[in-house]
Amino acid sequence: MKYGYFPGCSLRGTGRAYEASLLPVFRHLGIQLDELEDWNCCGATAYMSIDETSACVLASRNLALAEKAGHAQLLAPCSACYLVLNKAKHYFHEYPAMTVQVKRALQRGGLAYSGNTPVRHPLDVLIHDVGLEAIRQKVVHPLKGLRVACYYGCQIVRPYATFDDACEPTTMDQLMEALGATVVRWPLKTKCCGGSLTGTIPEAGLRLVYILCKEALKRGANVIATVCPLCQFNLDAYHHDIRRRWEDVRIPTVYFTQLMGVAFGLRPVDLGLQRGFVPFQMPASPPDEPAVAGKPVVAPPTR
Amino acid sequence: MATHCEEIRIGFYVCHCGHNIAAMVDCEAVARYARKLPGVVVSRDYRYMCSDPGQELIRQDVREHRLNRIVVAACSPLLHEHTFRTATERAGLNPFHCQMVNIREHNSWVATRKQDATRKAKSLAQAAIHRVRFHKALQVQRVSIRPEVLVVGGGIAGIHAALTLANAGKKVFLVEREATIGGHMAKFDKTFPTLDCSACILTPKMSAVRSHPNITLWTLAEVTQVEGFIGNYRVKVRRSPRYVLEDACVGCLECIDACVYRSPKFPDAFNEGLGKRKPIYIPFPQATPKVVLIDPATCLNLKTGKCKQTCLEACGERQAIQFNQQERLEEIEVGTIIVATGFKTFDPRRQPLYGYGTYPNVYTSLEIERLVNASGPTGGEVVARDGRKPRAIGIIHCVGSRDRKTNVWCSRVCCMYSLKLAHLLKEHSEAEVYNFYIDIRAPGKGYEEFYNKLLDDGVHFIRGRVGEVTDWAMTPEEEGRLVIRVEDTLAGCVRRIPVDMVVLATGLEPQPDAQAVRRLFNMSCGGDGWFLERHPKLAPVNTFADGVYLAGCCQGPKDIPDTVAQAGAAAAEVLSLIDKGYVEQEPNTAYVRDEDCSGCKSCIPLCPYNAITFAEDRQKATINETLCKGCGTCVASCPSGSIVQRLFEDDEVFAEIEGMLAYDA
Repeated sequence: MKYGYFPGCSLRGTGRAYEASLLPVFRHLGIQLDELEDWNCCGATAYMSIDETSACVLASRNLALAEKAGHAQLLAPCSACYLVLNKAKHYFHEYPAMTVQVKRALQRGGLAYSGNTPVRHPLDVLIHDVGLEAIRQKVVHPLKGLRVACYYGCQIVRPYATFDDACEPTTMDQLMEALGATVVRWPLKTKCCGGSLTGTIPEAGLRLVYILCKEALKRGANVIATVCPLCQFNLDAYHHDIRRRWEDVRIPTVYFTQLMGVAFGLRPVDLGLQRGFVPFQMPASPPDEPAVAGKPVVAPPTR
Repeated sequence: MATHCEEIRIGFYVCHCGHNIAAMVDCEAVARYARKLPGVVVSRDYRYMCSDPGQELIRQDVREHRLNRIVVAACSPLLHEHTFRTATERAGLNPFHCQMVNIREHNSWVATRKQDATRKAKSLAQAAIHRVRFHKALQVQRVSIRPEVLVVGGGIAGIHAALTLANAGKKVFLVEREATIGGHMAKFDKTFPTLDCSACILTPKMSAVRSHPNITLWTLAEVTQVEGFIGNYRVKVRRSPRYVLEDACVGCLECIDACVYRSPKFPDAFNEGLGKRKPIYIPFPQATPKVVLIDPATCLNLKTGKCKQTCLEACGERQAIQFNQQERLEEIEVGTIIVATGFKTFDPRRQPLYGYGTYPNVYTSLEIERLVNASGPTGGEVVARDGRKPRAIGIIHCVGSRDRKTNVWCSRVCCMYSLKLAHLLKEHSEAEVYNFYIDIRAPGKGYEEFYNKLLDDGVHFIRGRVGEVTDWAMTPEEEGRLVIRVEDTLAGCVRRIPVDMVVLATGLEPQPDAQAVRRLFNMSCGGDGWFLERHPKLAPVNTFADGVYLAGCCQGPKDIPDTVAQAGAAAAEVLSLIDKGYVEQEPNTAYVRDEDCSGCKSCIPLCPYNAITFAEDRQKATINETLCKGCGTCVASCPSGSIVQRLFEDDEVFAEIEGMLAYDA
């Protein structure tokens, strides 16, 4: 299996732990990732909301480069990159006027884009290309006793629910269960983490983070697994402020690839696990009991 | 052919239809053009050909000019072919010597240039004038109608239709799949907007069905095969074993008390699983027939053969319980069929956002009907599944209705039953009741007044489609409760309403086996899966299968008054057929010319109406002309060209094409 790889700026900045875990885990599964040469910023959601055409040109340059390099598919691990690249591709097909402008701009840079290269998310690749069975076979340290809140964030299934349900995604849940972890029912799996509001209007942004963490703990989770560098940062970095405003809801937030690495028996330090503010440790408690003492556990409802 | 001997004298008439045709087609020019065509003796244009003077014109001309063929260029033959055929017949000709040309729906209504439309009208007229020359005198066939009627489905629609027919002295077979008749209506607590006790108005009709000498009631029964045609259907009905003899059981229910299961253990379908029943049970106190039944999936004796059979002892001498009862096949002959197979409610698990199946205190509307009912699982007390008495209740409208992700249609009854449930929940509890709606649709007698009453009673109405039912808390007072997140489109803000119980107003859907039933009775379904009526305005209870009628929600969502009205209409259609005693059949059917048929059988599987059989003795295909609808599929497919369809014979069709192509402006 071979994919073009678009790291995006986050994976080289705040999300270094994502790349640090993604690359060895994919290598371990025999997936070859070829980094796109001369890639540029995807523009993220910020540029899209200011000037859609220019933002599409910026993002399409990466898609054109992927086509030029002959990548059949492009892997975009960061949620913002994944959404923006997909959006650029959708707009390219949906809005003919924009298509003309994008083509013209790319042409000036000596590039061309046909609109064909699929942009894939690592979760999509793991579930649908690799398959849960192949992943299960690689597990050497099952994540027994780990109670995971799977956090998909707002971007990877909306508005384009290409590989999972828009409101009730389950791919990460399946993956975590395949690794031997217990998935807690946590209805906030696609809720907003506050995005950049944590920096601009902390009162609003941090409140969202507080609720996410509080509800995860209330349901007996001992770790939140995420797919998005911004989510990870928001949920991990502000516990000091949150404790000051509301209460202490410290819970480690890690990338799902880091948990895969742990289950595959890779060394924590090779997975970037030392980078989290709230340290992650495998619980020592027996598998069926919640690791967080003193917090209520919501049992799965019976009907 | 024979027609060539006589001199062909054609009368041609072009109708203005007020402005409908004349505004786009130069009718006088068409009449002038037709006058010159071979065989045309009279050619006229007239303002309204379908009017009495218009029809009289045809009669006069036939008399004065010795016409023997009539061509009318007007609207669609679907509307007035019968009119002009009758006019032709009254003038003393064979009605099938008349041909209609559609220059309205196919021409003036869709054309944009008068010049083109006139040209097209002339061309179509010429085609008909060419063809009518070859028309043969045809006879209308009569088919007799058996007076017995089959009613499929024992909900309020089937019950009302069966009683109407039986009261008129007709023999009715009422076939119901469940163990009792009554359908959904039996589960309702009250009916809107009058708040009649649903059971009180339904059960008298149920017992009337049971005791009526003209009604044969089969419960736990399903139609498995339908053969034949209007007036003469042969129907097979499979009757599943009840393990209790209906005639011997007196409904004393002592066997239920005696069952080895001391307490009820299995989910009770009548109470939507909120209550429990034993393996031997009666669906509800007024079940009709009032006979217990044994569920083979849960009865110890039927499952394992190892049981003390205490029920047998309790039954004693009556010996009503028969563990060895087998499935039976009944075969009946009926003339007409009323299909009243009802609906199913939307499964809200398909919309996980509303939390049904995840949060125990989220209910469907049918569950609430049982919950507030005095004979329901809680005796009418509003207690949630977790034992709490709710302080606030949210009713979410349009679950599985008016939703592009699930069903686009409006289910018509949900607004009103939600209002009714809001009223009942307020009456039975101390809770504040919130309705979350898109629009309130209350278009019925007294419905809007009922809505106004609820507004006055202090029921809260929030306009907006609910985004989510969840249990994550934003504030301490939300902890442990359900939260309804909704955009209040009147206040223009997103709101979180904490409640303790959520009611989902689930919409109506076609039965899961609607497609199989459709094939069984040779009916059609619309794109949404409801059975299709023959005409949405003018034949709302007829189907495309002659002699098969629709009643109730199987045709589309409707409330009880509409269902009863439709059931009455279906019964009236059936009665008019039976009282007439026969139907006339269009003679445009196909027949096989034996001398050309090679017996290849290729036409047999192609016929959509199963009208073709193979006569083994002659080794030829034979068409049952009573079943044939004149679709022409077999005619086109026959490799030896041995199938002929009346009114569409080769010389007629070729002449028509020739007339169309020969037009020269």
